[in-house]
Amino acid sequence: MSATLRVSVWRGGRDGELQSFEVPRQPSQTVLDVVTHIQRHLDPTLAYRYACRVGMCGSCAMTVNGVPRWTCRTHVDRVARNQTLEVRPLRNLPVIRDLVADMRTFFDKWERAGGHFAGASTKADDFARIAPASAERKTIDAGIECIGCGVCYAACDVVKWNPDYLGPAALNRAWTLVVDSRDTNAQRLRAVAGDAGCHACHTHLSCTERCPKHISPTAGIAGLKRAVARAELDGKL
Amino acid sequence: MKTVALIHRLSGVALALFLPVHFWALGKGLALDQFLRWTEQPLVKFGEWGIVVLLAAHLGGGLRVLAIEFLDWHEWQKSLAAIAAALVFGAGLAFALAL
Amino acid sequence: MWIAQRASAALLALCVTVHLATIVYAVRGGLTAAEIFARTRGNVAWLAFYTVFVLAVAVHAPIGLRPVMTEWLGWRGKSRELLLLAFGLLLAWMGMRAVLAVFA
Repeated sequence: MSATLRVSVWRGGRDGELQSFEVPRQPSQTVLDVVTHIQRHLDPTLAYRYACRVGMCGSCAMTVNGVPRWTCRTHVDRVARNQTLEVRPLRNLPVIRDLVADMRTFFDKWERAGGHFAGASTKADDFARIAPASAERKTIDAGIECIGCGVCYAACDVVKWNPDYLGPAALNRAWTLVVDSRDTNAQRLRAVAGDAGCHACHTHLSCTERCPKHISPTAGIAGLKRAVARAELDGKL
Repeated sequence: MKTVALIHRLSGVALALFLPVHFWALGKGLALDQFLRWTEQPLVKFGEWGIVVLLAAHLGGGLRVLAIEFLDWHEWQKSLAAIAAALVFGAGLAFALAL
Repeated sequence: MWIAQRASAALLALCVTVHLATIVYAVRGGLTAAEIFARTRGNVAWLAFYTVFVLAVAVHAPIGLRPVMTEWLGWRGKSRELLLLAFGLLLAWMGMRAVLAVFA
């Protein structure tokens, strides 16, 4: 292991360029360590995001050597090529500055997909009884841990090719709600169907490959495809 | 995974472009012998083998899509790419041997 | 459209397998028009099979090309739908013409 790492970092907005830095290597160094070192010791004007730095919040997601990752959970040893690293903001999102991506479209699409729970019970009602081992709950549990980090969205080719596409995260969340027997939003299936919805997914599985929480949005989207088809055949869409 | 999907798409486009030609040739009826003599040429034979491989590739990729969309999610579904490739190889070999 | 695409895909999976196996079997050692027609002319079973095959293709190919046009060519809207419909009809017409030439 050589003593320094050559790091190329994206600077600027949509128009900008890569800037090179030399960063001393440390044992067990993560890419977030590297970016933090640059900002604290080499160039204080570098803009980047992080919060927990322990792989819980998803704020530090960036593109490392072409692949979207959580930089706090990416060891330099695993990804450095010939002592070099290239760090860019998340793909498929507008760049605010340097390594900071504008997450607004990501969350707008979440809303458009009907991504929030719509319950009908009140304080006066008794608890809903859902068995943890029931098929419904197991299906939901497989997709519920999403923290909206945007890695899947950045990895998705269809998002890149079709700006209207709602994306894997929004659709995965919609799936967990469609399956939920407590949810009362009957419009959600219509919101997620069609050319901008679940039917645009071509099962590349990039989202599933890259999700740091090991969720498979592809599976959720496949579920939506089947649910929409069933609703259409039942005349319920 | 993405490569499989890309091959699936490209083979589909190629087949969509090839099919009208295929139908046109078959529709020639009595003039088929003349056309068939033309197909004896090695370059055409290679083209035919290519079409068979494209068809098998598209079928393999398509079966992968159907498996992921209609069956419950399993980890082994990620390996479908390899199975699809095996099918393609098999078909290509069979056709090459038959020529 | 998704249903039509997946249904035609499943049908084609069968048709294509049969077609490939038949072609590989028939092509062994070369082919002439006479040989082909001796086996196919007047064969109602194969006529029916290939009619189903052609119609499934006429459904499957245009729907398959649709996302390619949107995502790679940036083509949307009515003109795209009309072009794809025309392509489907072309495939159906040319396909049936070929089927009748070989099997009728």
